[in-house]
Amino acid sequence: MIRPALKKLFIELALPALLFALLYAMSASSTNFYFPPLSTVLQKFSAIWLGPRFFSDVIPSLERLLAGYLLACIAGVALGLPIGLSRGLRRAAEPVLEFFRAIPPVAVIPLLIMVMGFGDAMKVTVIAAGAIWPILLNTVEGVKAVDPVLDETCRTYQIRGLARLRHFILPSASPQIIVGMRLGLSIGIVLMVISEMFAALDGLGSAIIYFQRSYEIPEMWSGVLMLGLFGFALSMVFRGFERWALAWYHGMRHMEKKN
Amino acid sequence: MASDAMPSGQGLGMQAQPRGASLRKDASALLRWLSGAAGIVLLALAWELAPRLGWLQPQFFPPLSAVLARLGDLAATLEFWGFVLSTTRTWLLGLTIATLAGIAAGLAIGLTPGARTYTHSTIEFLRPIPSVALIPGVILLFGSRYQSGVVLITYAAFWQVLLQMLYGLADIDSVARDTARSFRFSRFGYVRHVAWPTLLPFLFTGVRLAAAMALVLAVTAEMVIGSQGIGRGIVVAQASNATVEAYAYVLVAGVMGVAINLAARALERRILRWHPSVRTAGGER
Amino acid sequence: MNAVLEQTTTAAVAVEHLNKVYESKERRVEAIGDLHFEVRPGDFTCIVGPSGAGKTTLLKCLAGLLAPTRGAVRVNGREVTAPPQEMAVVFQEYGRSLFPWKTVRENVELPLRERGVPAAERARMVSAALEAVALAGAGDSYPWQLSGGMQQRVAIARAVAYQPKVMVLDEPFAAVDAQTRADLEDLMLRLWSDLKLTMIFVTHDIDEAVYLGQRVLVLSSSPTRVLDDVRIDLPTPRTQAETRVHPAFATLRTRVYGGIQAAKAAH
Repeated sequence: MIRPALKKLFIELALPALLFALLYAMSASSTNFYFPPLSTVLQKFSAIWLGPRFFSDVIPSLERLLAGYLLACIAGVALGLPIGLSRGLRRAAEPVLEFFRAIPPVAVIPLLIMVMGFGDAMKVTVIAAGAIWPILLNTVEGVKAVDPVLDETCRTYQIRGLARLRHFILPSASPQIIVGMRLGLSIGIVLMVISEMFAALDGLGSAIIYFQRSYEIPEMWSGVLMLGLFGFALSMVFRGFERWALAWYHGMRHMEKKN
Repeated sequence: MASDAMPSGQGLGMQAQPRGASLRKDASALLRWLSGAAGIVLLALAWELAPRLGWLQPQFFPPLSAVLARLGDLAATLEFWGFVLSTTRTWLLGLTIATLAGIAAGLAIGLTPGARTYTHSTIEFLRPIPSVALIPGVILLFGSRYQSGVVLITYAAFWQVLLQMLYGLADIDSVARDTARSFRFSRFGYVRHVAWPTLLPFLFTGVRLAAAMALVLAVTAEMVIGSQGIGRGIVVAQASNATVEAYAYVLVAGVMGVAINLAARALERRILRWHPSVRTAGGER
Repeated sequence: MNAVLEQTTTAAVAVEHLNKVYESKERRVEAIGDLHFEVRPGDFTCIVGPSGAGKTTLLKCLAGLLAPTRGAVRVNGREVTAPPQEMAVVFQEYGRSLFPWKTVRENVELPLRERGVPAAERARMVSAALEAVALAGAGDSYPWQLSGGMQQRVAIARAVAYQPKVMVLDEPFAAVDAQTRADLEDLMLRLWSDLKLTMIFVTHDIDEAVYLGQRVLVLSSSPTRVLDDVRIDLPTPRTQAETRVHPAFATLRTRVYGGIQAAKAAH
C-alpha cells in the first residue's frame, strides 16, 4: 500500500531534486563574485534567515502583507458585490475600473510616498491598492454570472435580501472570487517587496536591497531564496484555504468530469 | 427550457415580427456607451474639483487640469517620447520572448506523455516566486540597462503563457484526440489540426494577461533599477517633489495599460471570430 | 408516512385571459395568446402542448416570475404580481435548482429558515419530507453526489417541506430515465393524495399527463390558448400496472394526442 504513495512522492520530487543537484554541482566550483556556490548561499541562508532576521524582517513583512491583503479582500468583495449585481452601476463603473486597474500599482508608490511618507501605512496602502483589483474584478464577474434557475428558485421560495446574498450570491460567486484572491495575493507579495525596496528599515525587500548595495552577494542570494520560499509557503497556505472553502465546488467538478 | 425572459426564436416559432428592431439595438448600445462615459466624466469631475474645493490637499492631489497641462508640456519634449519608446521596447521584447518560450515549453510539456506530472511540482514551486526576487540578480548582470527589465518580464510572463497553454492542452476533447490517433495523425498533424485550434483561445488569454503584466514589470524595473522609461520618469519626479509631473507619468502608464488591454481584446475578438469553437479559457483576469 | 406530514389547506388558481408578449431588440413574439381556465382547490391538473406552446411562459406567469402583458393569474382570488407565498415550484433542471454548496438537508430546510421556523421544528419537517420522498438517509450528502432521480426527489422534498397550498411542476421528470420516472410519478400521486395539494403539472409526456391528472389541459401552439379540457375519470388509486392498460386510458390518451396533433397542424 505504500507503493503508490511512494511513487507519487518520487514523481513530485524527481525533477526538483535533479535541478537542485545540477545547480549545486555546477556552482560548486564557481569563483564568480556575483554567482557564488549554492552551498555558500545555503550556509548564509540558515545563518541569517533561520535565525534573527526571521523575526526582524520576515515577520514585519508578513504583517504588512496580511494587513494590506485582508483590506484588499474585504474592500474588493464589498465593492464588487453591488457593481456585479447592478447592471447600471456596472456599465458606469466599467471604464473607470478598467482605467484604474491598468495603472501599474508600482507606479503609485512614489505618489503614496509623497502623501503618506515612508512608513508602514504607506506600504499597507500600496499592497491593498494593488491587490484589490483582481479581487474586485473577479467578484464582479462571479456575481454577474449566477445561475438563473437558482435565482428563480430563490424567488419562488421567498429567499430575498441578505439571505439571498448569503446563501446564494456569495457562495455561487466564491470560486471566481477566490481566483481573484489568488491573483491578489501574488500582486500583494510583489508590492510588499517593492515598497520595502524603496523605503523601509526592515522587511524582506529592504534586506535584499541592503545586501545588494553592500555587495554581500551570498547573503543577497540567500534573501532571494527566502523570498521564494516565502511566496511558496503562502501559496501553499492559500491552496489549503481554497481546498477547504471550495470543497463542494471541487467535488462537483470531479463528478461532472466522471460523467 | 429557456430560463431567460426571452425564449429562443426556434422554440416559439412564428409570430416574430421585427418591429423597429435595429432602432432598439442602437438605443441599447447608445445607453451602454453613455453610462460608461458618464462614469468617466464623473471621475474626471471629481479629480478636478476635489483638490480645488479643498477636499483633498492640492499639493498631494493636483487637479486633473494641472496634470493634463503638464502632460501636454511633456509631450512636446523628446525626452518624454524617449521614455515611452523605451518602456514600449522593453515591454515588447519581454512579451515576445516570453510568449515564444511559453508556447515552446507548453507544447513540449503538454505533448510529451508524463512530462506534465514530472514538471508539476517544479512549476508549482517556481510559479509563486515573485519576479521581483530576480531584481538583485538582473542588477548584477545588466545594471540599469533595459535588458534587466526584459529578463524580469520574460520570467513572469512566461509562466502566464505556459500555464494557459497547459490548461488548453488539458482541455483537448478526448474524442478528438482518439479520433486523431485512430487516423494515425503524425505528431505535427495532431498539433496542427487538433491541439492548436483548442489551444488558441487559451493562448490568447495567456498573452493578454502576460501583456498587462509585462507593462507593470517594465515600469517596475524602471522604477526600482533605474532604467530609462516611464517608471524612471515617475521616480525622478517624485524625488524632485514635482508632484504634478509624477501624476502625469502615472497617467501615461495607465493610458498605456488601457491601450494594451483594448488592443489585446480587439485582436482576440478578431482572430477568434473565425475560430470553430470559441471556448472560454482560463478563468483568470 | 402521511401521519407525519401536515395537511395543508389548498388554494384555487385562476388564469384570466392571460396574454404574454415578448419584445426584444430583434423581434416580437406572442407566446401566450389568451389563456383562460380555473383550477379547483385540491385538483391535480396536467398541462400538455406541442413544443413551443408557451408552457414555460405559462408556468413562469403562474409562479409570479414573469409579469403578464395582459390578463392576470390569481391564487385564492389574489392577483399574482410576485412569487406567491403559498406556492412551491419544482423546476425541470433539478441539478441547477439545488444549491451545490449545501447538503440535501440544508437545501430542503433553507426556505423554512427564511420563513423563521424554529430549528427543532425545522429538523422535524425536513426529516418528514425526506422520508416522504424515500431519501431519509441522504440528508448529509451533496446534491451532486446523487443521481438525477434522487436530485429531483430532493427538489420535491423541498417543495413539500415548504407546506405550500399550490405546487407547480415544470416537466419535472423530462430529464429522468423511464424507470425512475414511473417511481417519481407514483410519488407525486402519493404526495398529492396525502397532502391534498392543488397540483399544476406541466409535461410534454401525454401518457404521464393522463396517468397523473384528474384533468388535462391541451394547449395550442403560439399564440397559445386552451384547445381542449379533458376530464380524466380513471379509477383511483392509480397504478402503473393497472391504470395504463385500462380501456378508458387509451381513449383519453388518443383524445389528448389528437389535440396535440391538431395544435401542431394549425401551426
